[in-house]
Amino acid sequence: MRLRYLTLIAVAFFSAFPLYYSVVVASRHNSALAQVPPPLLPGGNFLANVSRVFDTVPFGLALLNSFVVAGSISVAVMFFSTLAGFAFAKLRFRGRNAMLVITVATMMVPAQLGIIPLYMLMVKLEWTGTTYALIVPALVNAFGVFFMTQYLSRALPNELLEAGRVDGCSTWGLFWHVVLPAARPAAAVLGMLTFMSAWNDYFWPLVVLTPDNPTVQVALSTLASGYVNDYVLGLAGTAIGTLPLVAVFALFGRQIIGGIMQGAVKG
Amino acid sequence: MRHTLDVRVSPYAYVAPFFLLFCAFGLFPLVYTAWVSLHEWTLLSETQEFVGLGNYTTLLADSYFWNATFNTLSIGVLSTVPQLALAIWLAHLLNRRLRFQTLFRVALLLPNVTSVVAVVVIFSQLFGRDFGIINWMLSWFGAGHIDWAAGTASSHVALSVMIMWRWTGYNALIFLAAMQAVPRELYEAATLDGASNLTQLRRITIPMIRPTIIFVVIVSTIGAMQVIAEPMLFGQSSGGGGGIATGGPDRQFQTLALFVYEQGFANSTFDFGYASAASWLMFVAVVLVAGINFLITRRVKGGLV
Repeated sequence: MRLRYLTLIAVAFFSAFPLYYSVVVASRHNSALAQVPPPLLPGGNFLANVSRVFDTVPFGLALLNSFVVAGSISVAVMFFSTLAGFAFAKLRFRGRNAMLVITVATMMVPAQLGIIPLYMLMVKLEWTGTTYALIVPALVNAFGVFFMTQYLSRALPNELLEAGRVDGCSTWGLFWHVVLPAARPAAAVLGMLTFMSAWNDYFWPLVVLTPDNPTVQVALSTLASGYVNDYVLGLAGTAIGTLPLVAVFALFGRQIIGGIMQGAVKG
Repeated sequence: MRHTLDVRVSPYAYVAPFFLLFCAFGLFPLVYTAWVSLHEWTLLSETQEFVGLGNYTTLLADSYFWNATFNTLSIGVLSTVPQLALAIWLAHLLNRRLRFQTLFRVALLLPNVTSVVAVVVIFSQLFGRDFGIINWMLSWFGAGHIDWAAGTASSHVALSVMIMWRWTGYNALIFLAAMQAVPRELYEAATLDGASNLTQLRRITIPMIRPTIIFVVIVSTIGAMQVIAEPMLFGQSSGGGGGIATGGPDRQFQTLALFVYEQGFANSTFDFGYASAASWLMFVAVVLVAGINFLITRRVKGGLV
């Protein structure tokens, strides 16, 4: 039993240490990195390094873009997934099971392989360089639909829907007055998961955006590739780009983990 | 009358957004890739000449393509096999009444919340040749200053460590979710029979969670075949030279997805036709490898460890 705790503590240490060490480096001066042994405690240079990040790349704009993109994607995914999840979990219609199977199967499609036509499509729509190219394709996804279907079929009692019908609700009325309030706990978890993955998305934003209108991740990669020997600069950017998420995760970690584990059981 | 129309049409309207979006931004690009791959097609050319399978024959004779295939498989095996074994073991350790259970789970998932850019920037510093903390620790054991990004094997190890760091905890939680559904009585009976902890893991846990293992193996395989951001950023932030998408100056860690990106977006030719052909071959590779892994995982019965 003691061995079990020691192992888990060691694993927790290895999980957290790289993040901690990035803050250590980000709060130092580049010259400190050449020391042997390397510095293991934070220094006092963090704010100076952060302001250098803002001088080097348009980081304020990047933060704004990332908040707008991740925020609007999350809201849209919560809404459309709950809507489709309601239909799949509680409504009767022809082709329902087949459509649900297709939805789940699309999760297996390696989406990255269509990246060239997707880019050509964005050029046609004149969305390259804008955040539309990030937001519109991500408004709803198969994982969200499946996640909400699972939750609603388990957590929303049919009696509640029948009572709503008796009261004269249309299907839309049922969705608005009965389903949405009942779906709130799961939708919140889905929203957080979506926000985190949209915030961290890197490859597609890199392809369609330009360095003068970046998201946080694109700005970070500009820092990392353009200033190779300036580790302090890259890691200071990494720290401020990652901290918002780590904070959200620290506050709601229990719910987020619950969501991941629930989504997995029947996956 | 209005009522029946509402009941009949509403469900289709509610699932429509997903299917419309998937057709426009998921299915169409995938199918159109096949069409583009049959043409001499660049970003800048006005007309596209139909060349049949020409791009594919060029590709099969392209040593850079085979180099990328080898690197993808090598990094895939190095990162996935130890990762899944470790994840099952960690889930097994957590599948008990424990104090600080939530704290351990949060710590396990912390790397997964970190963006891939952050992971590679941080680990490029840790794996640094001259001042990296990993080389400093290895020097206690008499190892010299390893230039991690320079060699084929060492760069594959470094990239695999990054991928493992980010995904082991996540997969452990998925396994843990499945393990919690295994009836407790099985373990109690096994303990009465004097079965050790390891025997219980092999004889009870692994057979009982096999569907989840198959699922995770398939998903991890599909993910591993598409690795791109890690080698791309490692090539840039380790400062070893080479182009932004070559995966090191000697292409020592260029993966298939990175090869596609290089042909389509990072080359001065913007050769969409050639890149699309590579995409399709990669798709075939994904299906093949995932299929093989599916068969292997299905056949292994309780003897995984």
